Amino acid sequence: MAIKLTDICNKEEKLASGHRGCIGCAETIIVRQVMAAIDGPVVVASPTGCLEIITTPFPTTAWRVPWIHNAFENSSSTLAGAETAYRSLVKQGKIEDKGLKFVVFGGDGATYDIGLQFISGVIERGHRLLYVCLNNEAYMNTGIQRSSATPLGAWTTTTPVGKAVPGKIQPRKNLIAIVAAHNIPYAAQAAPHAWRDLMTKVQKAIAIDGPSVIDVLSPCARGWRHSTNETIAISRLSAETGAWPLYEVDHGKWKLNYNPVPRKPVIEWLKAQGRFSHLLQPGNEHIVEEFQQQIDKQWAELESMSQ
Amino acid sequence: MSNVIQQVKGKVVALEGDYAIAEALRQINPDVMAAYPITPQTEIVQKFSEFYAEGVVDTEFVPVESEHAALSTCVGASAAGARAMTATCGAGLALMWEILWCASGLRLPIVMAVVNRSLSAPLNILTDQTDEMATRDAGWVQLYAESHQEAYDNIIQAVRIAEHPDVMLPTMCGMAGFVLGHALGQLELLPDEAVRKFVHIYHPHYSLLDTDCPVTFGAFDHWDYFFPHKRQQWEGLNNALRVIPEIGEEFGRLTGRYYGLVEPYMLDDAEVAIVIIGSAAGATRVAIDEMRAEGIKVGMLKVRCYRPFPADAIAEALQGRKAVAVLDRTSCMGGEGSPLFTEICSALYNRNIAMKIISYTYGLGGYDTIPEEFCQVYRNLLQIAQGGKIEPIHRFLSLPERGES
Ligand SMILES: Cc1ncc(C[n+]2csc(CCOP(=O)(O)OP(=O)(O)O)c2C)c(N)n1
Ligand code: SF4
Ligand SMILES: [Mg+2]
Repeated sequence: MAIKLTDICNKEEKLASGHRGCIGCAETIIVRQVMAAIDGPVVVASPTGCLEIITTPFPTTAWRVPWIHNAFENSSSTLAGAETAYRSLVKQGKIEDKGLKFVVFGGDGATYDIGLQFISGVIERGHRLLYVCLNNEAYMNTGIQRSSATPLGAWTTTTPVGKAVPGKIQPRKNLIAIVAAHNIPYAAQAAPHAWRDLMTKVQKAIAIDGPSVIDVLSPCARGWRHSTNETIAISRLSAETGAWPLYEVDHGKWKLNYNPVPRKPVIEWLKAQGRFSHLLQPGNEHIVEEFQQQIDKQWAELESMSQ
Repeated sequence: MSNVIQQVKGKVVALEGDYAIAEALRQINPDVMAAYPITPQTEIVQKFSEFYAEGVVDTEFVPVESEHAALSTCVGASAAGARAMTATCGAGLALMWEILWCASGLRLPIVMAVVNRSLSAPLNILTDQTDEMATRDAGWVQLYAESHQEAYDNIIQAVRIAEHPDVMLPTMCGMAGFVLGHALGQLELLPDEAVRKFVHIYHPHYSLLDTDCPVTFGAFDHWDYFFPHKRQQWEGLNNALRVIPEIGEEFGRLTGRYYGLVEPYMLDDAEVAIVIIGSAAGATRVAIDEMRAEGIKVGMLKVRCYRPFPADAIAEALQGRKAVAVLDRTSCMGGEGSPLFTEICSALYNRNIAMKIISYTYGLGGYDTIPEEFCQVYRNLLQIAQGGKIEPIHRFLSLPERGES
């Protein structure tokens, strides 16, 4: 079903305004996009991280849907527990089946790093939930520390740029390949500028009677060192340069959802963000080159797998 | 609620402790069970898996990938209004540690069986209470069993204690690994209907599944709310001091087996006493019977409920003894004595009850302790009671003292 802007505008917001997100934060934009794509009742879990902190300082909450925070690493298991409870209570006739949907919104730290084992377990056991990673490529809530989603060369407070080490020396981990290796019914990468693509992916994922993962790039003005009005522009550049390819793995079928021709060079994405400013200095050209090569290689792989 | 409870006749069986727990879980028939195997708890998970596979429980069983995930799953299930249970021990309980606090802070009445096991290193799979004692400040109710029967009975009562509206806190039930867990013991199993009636259907106050009245679980507290919320949690845990004996009384009317916070044995006229938790109370009884046969007035106070700490009940029971030895089966290191000892000292001091009191650590990692050793403790206590030297205050049962070889 085609997603119409007018329909979205008429929907009730499930995340209230007045939360404490930074100006220009992509996390809350993405949450609203995801929630607007889902019809019917939803139960949400979030791990420790920016989203949790900005939406639930007691005694206030920005959530108009049931929501739970347990800890940093275990939102997937926590919500899988709620989903299991739902199945059990419905089966026993203790509550009625309202077609509840279950969604986790977790940061990249919670997803790529400390929570990966839990997510793997939840996928393997086939719990019926959508896991959305709000991927701002670092631990933002605690002050911009690196995660395994942080890209090559990026400055963070734990990959500072020094005389000996020029920022992060490893490329980011490939989360979608990892979850796809679980034979997950649906996994995808998305970004908030491509809202129709993102929401279509959410609708595909939520319709599945099983686990799904959508990794959404979430520009963060604080951590990426860009202006607060550039969030969506940078999101777009990430797709246009191939730094963040938009693709899906639908029941094992890989598909590139956006193929810019020509693809812009990655330097344009890097240039737009202060976290990469040192890469523009003489002597660091090889890092930019390596970054470009990695993108080209991943792109070629994605293209061949999308055949 | 009707207070006419008919006593029911159970079935006397011989079971390993783990299977006794599994039977209790089957009869309770929780909505969700999430667990991960670890020796010596494994048989509980295996047996429950069989019940699930045979369809004799309504439970959704989640065979998780770690103990941390087991408790995390229970937190989600319990917040969703389900009766959620798990079982673990030792390293598994240690792995859950962070989430123990989340479960109690969220006021979720999860029930967990703990088949007590030591903590590494050195690696050891045998019993002591270090695993559970190390979680004593996590805000859970803690009960311990002496026997197979108590292990079974405790789990059933724990459901009611945890879910009591004045408590609403998770509850763990300790039982010695191997000594009870893997050993055959005689016990009476209640009829299934009696258990189901006793635990009745759980009606949660709030549910994560209630989309008509959405609730935020686990909002974060700044300095202004955290302490007041913890204060309320404290209140809930202390309420268990009243609730545990109430439930124990009701259970007694049903089964003929009454339970309180502590249980004295030959204590009334005893000059000296041992205070102990768990299965070694059995060997202590044997020692007492032997010494009583010789006309020596010794007794025991068994602590069933360690959290909340029943300070009044313990002080009242010990009052009048000349010397007391508190025996702890935990390697809580670096204190003046072990944890039960220091808390009992504080309870007595603040009630102006003076007596000689010493601390023993015993039986770590399954170290065998025989009745004769408890007799030796009593002989030492009798000497101390008659003015003998009290030092060292903290001793090691079965092992040489410092400076001795
Ligand atoms: C077990 C544990 N380790 C560390 C932390 C500290 N911590 C809280 S949030 C966070 C980073 C969150 O990063 P991410 O998941 O990427 O979310 P973001 O804030 O970037 O949205 C860290 C390290 C914690 N709360 N719990
Ligand atoms: S630090 Fe970044 S991710 Fe966190 S609220 Fe601010 S903009 Fe959003
Ligand atoms: Mg992050």
